[in-house]
Amino acid sequence: MQVNLKWEVLKRWETLLAAVLFIVVVFNITQSPIFLRADNLTNLFSLHIEKIIIVLAMALIIINGEIDLSVASVMGLSACLIANLYEQGISIEIAMLCALGAGILCGIVSGFFVAYVGLPSLAVTLAGLIGYRGLAKMLIEDRSIGNFPEWFNRLGQQPLVGSLPLSLIIFFVLFIVVAVALHYAAFGRYVFVIGNNRESARYSGVRVRQVKMTLFIISGLVASLAGILIAARLGAVRASTAEGFELDIITIVLLGGVSVFGGKGTLVGVALSILVVLCLRNGMNLLSITGNTQSTVIGILLILSVLIPNLAQDFQSIWKRRRLNLRE
Amino acid sequence: MIRLSRLLRPEQIRELSLVIIILLVILFFSSNIENYVSGRTFTRISTSIAIITVVAVGQALVILTRNIDLSVGSIVGFAAYFAGQQVSANQDLSPLVVVGIAVGFGALLGGINGFIVSYGRVPAIIVTLGMLAIYRGVLVDYAQAKTITTEMMPTWLIDLPRQNIISIGDVDVRVMVGLALGVMIIFQLCLSSLPFGRRLYAIGSNPDAARIAGLPARRIVLTAYILCGALSGLAGFMFLVRFGTITIAAGQGLELAAIGAVVVGGVNIFGGSGTMFGVLLGAVLIGTLEQSLLRTPQVSEFVRDALLGLFILLAVASDSVILNQLRNLWARWGRERALSAMLPTEKETTHAS
Repeated sequence: MQVNLKWEVLKRWETLLAAVLFIVVVFNITQSPIFLRADNLTNLFSLHIEKIIIVLAMALIIINGEIDLSVASVMGLSACLIANLYEQGISIEIAMLCALGAGILCGIVSGFFVAYVGLPSLAVTLAGLIGYRGLAKMLIEDRSIGNFPEWFNRLGQQPLVGSLPLSLIIFFVLFIVVAVALHYAAFGRYVFVIGNNRESARYSGVRVRQVKMTLFIISGLVASLAGILIAARLGAVRASTAEGFELDIITIVLLGGVSVFGGKGTLVGVALSILVVLCLRNGMNLLSITGNTQSTVIGILLILSVLIPNLAQDFQSIWKRRRLNLRE
Repeated sequence: MIRLSRLLRPEQIRELSLVIIILLVILFFSSNIENYVSGRTFTRISTSIAIITVVAVGQALVILTRNIDLSVGSIVGFAAYFAGQQVSANQDLSPLVVVGIAVGFGALLGGINGFIVSYGRVPAIIVTLGMLAIYRGVLVDYAQAKTITTEMMPTWLIDLPRQNIISIGDVDVRVMVGLALGVMIIFQLCLSSLPFGRRLYAIGSNPDAARIAGLPARRIVLTAYILCGALSGLAGFMFLVRFGTITIAAGQGLELAAIGAVVVGGVNIFGGSGTMFGVLLGAVLIGTLEQSLLRTPQVSEFVRDALLGLFILLAVASDSVILNQLRNLWARWGRERALSAMLPTEKETTHAS
């Protein structure tokens, strides 16, 4: 029995991820002496901080059996909204509130069509991906808007507590909140149950529509928060800000062992896959590999993270059948 | 009303309403732009629609099987670049060979997608989202920041975009437009009359039932992806012909326009229903908007994507809400008709006995 238990732990996806992470880290250390320096490690997080904040919301949505392709566009929209309002002379605090409001509105729109009209989230959020980016383009056209107040820019870059910038603190707080909500609260159980079987969840009295609506609103809110953070960090906003981020975000979630069909996944796995992807990107940066090759690697990772469990399942079933045949 | 229901199916009502929307759009622009209704406008809009149409027809084949291909934009770009490179290296390649190179290359890339989707059982959205990045990344490395320019092209390729099939008055129908229409008609016929086409619908409307009924579902989905890749390759060739200059960013964002055309054109995003004629209408609507907004001073050209997103949402929502209601209504009318046809005969039989 004990042997079995150990075997179970070894076979878990998280163990595999931890092993991959170990290999990547060791490889990075041997390839570049800078890797372990404190500033590089902060860099590791802060260069992709907006993405990994959204990963937390996306994990909830995918566990729930839906997907949100519009997050990167909501990010861009909220960043552009801030820039546009600020340019018109509205104070940046109010502009930030408006951006958050816009994010919530985007979430309500997606949530309404998915939960109450019953449309596939893939189609709804694909429309959002195009449409919200279009709104962002209407706001900014082809300009680049910067010159935000000093304190706003500092918010994105300078350390607030110790060596941690504000965005990193937000990430850690959100991580704990999501971890508690997902694994230790009734809400998390609902998210899993709906992801496993929407119909049976509904018949057991779970308020499926409300849960889905809440998740999409959270996703919109978090995405617009990330949009504010990226505007603050970069100091200038274009209509194409955050374009294509959904690739990284969805990759990290699925690589973390969250099933794309819903109902399966842990936040530990997601945390590990965040580290794997960030270390990989950081390592490739240190080796001066270009952004496009990096995207190729991330794309391959995305496909492998679903393909490998499938193949493993195939081999397992072949193996079982063969053993049964031998016994007979 | 019931009699009308025999002439028109809900899907046709949808296509009819799309035609009306297109006419309204044209009416709107013709009141805003001087000389809008002219041969030149037709030529300009129709050539830009040609590429989207070909990509969208391929995309529709995949979406009909309840899958999706987000990587078509990258395939178009890669095929255009690859074909352009080959033809600039060997100037005396015959046109058919160049088309063959682009189509074959696209089919290869599409086949990779299809193989992983159907045999690896990885969801299409995951595979093709990854491939969107992979193909583009490989293209950037392969191209090494070199751009294919018009000077490197042979003369037949440079002349091709201005050649017409027929021209009536000042309305010119370009070769490219004819090619796109041909592709649309061929695949419409495939869908409506070949076993392969019917199987695409069967798999899309219920994958499990199709498999249990003995359809080789995996092979058919793979074929759909290969065809989608091949058509994207063809679109890559058309892209090369139209622009002549191919950078590593060629075809970027085309997947969204194509999916937009497919969904707006009435193909159900969950597969199983839709026609290529509808896809053409969707492409016409999107292309007309795109090209006309560039010329309207009152409306910013940047409105385009916001409108496109709105149209997709409306199309998907109307598909599931209004169209389902209509289908139920039609089914009820159908039953009533059958009943009213049956009742008198029943009376007759009871009378006779």
